[in-house]
Amino acid sequence: MSIRERLSGNEATATAMKQINPDVVAAFPITPSTEIPQYFSTFVANGTVDTEFVAVESEHSAMSACIGAEAAGSRAMTATSANGLSLMWEMIYIASSLRLPIVLSLVNRAVSGPLNIHCDHSDAMGVRDSGWIMLFSENNQEAYDNTLMAHRIAEHKDVMLPLMVCQDGFITSHAIENIELVEDDKVKEFVGEYKPEHYLLNKEEPIAVGPLDLQAYLFEHKTQQAIAMKNAKQVILDVSKDFEKMTGRNYGLFEEYQLEDAEIAIVCMNSTAGTTKFVIDNLRKKGIKAGLLKIRVFRPFPVDEVAKSLSHVKAIAILDRADSLNAAGGALFEDVTSAMYVNNIHVSAVNYIYGIGGRDTKADDIESVYTDLLEIVKTNKIDNPYRYLGLRKEGDK
Amino acid sequence: MTEINNNTPMEKLTPGGDIYTAGNAREFKTGDWRSIRPVFLSDKCKQCGLCFPVCPEDAIPVNKDMLREDFNYDYCKGCGVCSKVCPFGAIEMKEE
Amino acid sequence: MAYNVKDVVANKPSRFTAGHRMCAGCGAPPVARHIMRALKPEDYAVVAGATGCMEVSTFIYPYTAWTDSFIHTAFECAGATLAGAEAAYQSMKKQGKLPEGDTKFIAFGGDGGTYDIGLQSLSGAMERGHDMVYVCYDNGAYMNTGIQRSSATPKFADTTTSPAGKVIPGKMQWRKDLAKIMVGHHLPYVAQTLGYMNFKDLYEKAEKAIYTEGPAFLNVMAPCPRGWGYPTDQLMQINKLAVETCYWPLYEVIDGKYKINYKPAKKLPIEEFLKPQKRFKHMFKPDNEWMIEKFQKEVDSRWQELLDLEEITNRD
Repeated sequence: MSIRERLSGNEATATAMKQINPDVVAAFPITPSTEIPQYFSTFVANGTVDTEFVAVESEHSAMSACIGAEAAGSRAMTATSANGLSLMWEMIYIASSLRLPIVLSLVNRAVSGPLNIHCDHSDAMGVRDSGWIMLFSENNQEAYDNTLMAHRIAEHKDVMLPLMVCQDGFITSHAIENIELVEDDKVKEFVGEYKPEHYLLNKEEPIAVGPLDLQAYLFEHKTQQAIAMKNAKQVILDVSKDFEKMTGRNYGLFEEYQLEDAEIAIVCMNSTAGTTKFVIDNLRKKGIKAGLLKIRVFRPFPVDEVAKSLSHVKAIAILDRADSLNAAGGALFEDVTSAMYVNNIHVSAVNYIYGIGGRDTKADDIESVYTDLLEIVKTNKIDNPYRYLGLRKEGDK
Repeated sequence: MTEINNNTPMEKLTPGGDIYTAGNAREFKTGDWRSIRPVFLSDKCKQCGLCFPVCPEDAIPVNKDMLREDFNYDYCKGCGVCSKVCPFGAIEMKEE
Repeated sequence: MAYNVKDVVANKPSRFTAGHRMCAGCGAPPVARHIMRALKPEDYAVVAGATGCMEVSTFIYPYTAWTDSFIHTAFECAGATLAGAEAAYQSMKKQGKLPEGDTKFIAFGGDGGTYDIGLQSLSGAMERGHDMVYVCYDNGAYMNTGIQRSSATPKFADTTTSPAGKVIPGKMQWRKDLAKIMVGHHLPYVAQTLGYMNFKDLYEKAEKAIYTEGPAFLNVMAPCPRGWGYPTDQLMQINKLAVETCYWPLYEVIDGKYKINYKPAKKLPIEEFLKPQKRFKHMFKPDNEWMIEKFQKEVDSRWQELLDLEEITNRD
């Protein structure tokens, strides 16, 4: 029987980490993920876990230590947010290039500057091409479940890539909600032992990790990473299926909510999906065929699956909680629209940048997006595909 | 030993650039860097040991009887450090 | 057992092989090889390298010159990377996931990766008390990128970012004293050494550093013929002059107590050390005697400070 609890997103993540019982956790505090290493160091202090907790002096060192630990042959985990991830950036790329299945909990927060401690996805978007698997979580339950599935995915021999589980800073990290936990022994069995083929601490086979990789080799090594990322898609589906057998909770590459017969749809990630579902329920009562595609697996990006799933709708709004400052649109918008294009599917699409720096996105805001979509369907016209939601401007009503 | 080279296809390269054959740099000969060569004059050598540790290239073999042998020209880069530390003139530098 | 260079070289395996691609006459490989030889043959090691000359020359895919396990991640984080590996070792050992036998952890970084960009990572690793040795091979500039000044570069040295020009005569700052910064971390073992004579000082300090439980730091001068501007065969002469002029004193600090391992009976004037090196050439031009005088004064004052520290820390 699963255990019913009430936990915040951070607590849920720390609980998953406790159940996973990794060999090493190296972390540095940063709002809003600080609680994760706090809770975890309590587990260490009380002997609840076997983990060696390395209280590093920076996030750069947190990821460096995770790399050292994972390469040594152990399971290493960490947690961070925003500027912490920015400081890690160099090591984020090195972790994936060395094919080390480190698991990171990213509690999404705006990257400075100016300084802001609240939620947006600019931290995650900054590493979207770094070769990490990126799973997004709508709520504490998903953050917990994704964390439990993380090692099975990352450590798969066809993958061997690091993985980050994202959730919204404060909105889910600090909000206490009901959650169903899996029993410790079941988690232990599900996650299994980490048995790397080659590792630093194997004195039977000393290895060298992290070479100077010149013109004759780097291209091939990077492409190996690209292939591993493609492989990850099937592995994620397989692991999710196993997870469903254990918990009854079903996860795919994304979640479709009222999408099957939808005429207008929103694509978004993390907690905004919850608000969107609420709005959809209201709109459906009014006979408006609104739907949602909530991305769970952002990397690898499910190009064909997303395109197929949206092929029947008449207009799509893609919501980006980070502006790309490229005069073209947000990252998710680019991914979704290019997925459609290469699959030769044309659906009117519009982009909304929203929720920057923790700006609250209310049901009314989401409803206004659907209203805009109805207008697009009606007029078949998009005057500006790169829009802002919830931004104060001159001339606002 | 090391079967990886510039023609190895991607599928056969070790993931992440890891190397599982520690110490295989020995297969990479650096002797052709040399423009001058040390010549070991064994009759002058007193086996004092001063030249053993200074060689950057590990090119002065020392046998189990703790006696130095002739240079390993596969690796010697011809820096001449050994020649300068020898108090007995037992290492002469000559043009290649 | 008393140190015998013949015995060490003949009977302990070289764990830093030939076939690396450091420059001819480089001061770093003999140092690294001899430090690695201080390991007991039955002990295994995980070595970390900071990006720098030694790392890029010893591990060029698909060749590694290290016979133990080796990891390189980036420039500024050899300390943290090795700390992570050491933490993994402690954790897995405790959980019974590893076979019997000892594994030692040794990091190598140049002065760029240690004094400058890697100082924070080093400080963190040392402060947290990981059972590891961090070795700085100090060649007094960023040699890998082409001889740019570092905080280890001596004053007045001509480097590519502190060139001796018409107005500014080389680097204008004194060098950072990293060994003392490490002493400030209250480590069980800190030492400064170099390859001198038969490498006894280096070997014995490496042995102590490796086999002292907890964090240890070795600062090892490793001349760079290209960056310092002297003929490649002069390595050991330069090392000797560094010691005999007290430019690079040999000392160790065990649990806070200083011990100077070599006190020259007659300290040589600093010119002897400076003169053979092109990076100090401008100091020997007419009207630049003041630079040599200043340099001498600094060397004297740092040497005196060391003598004082030895006296103070060994009082009952």
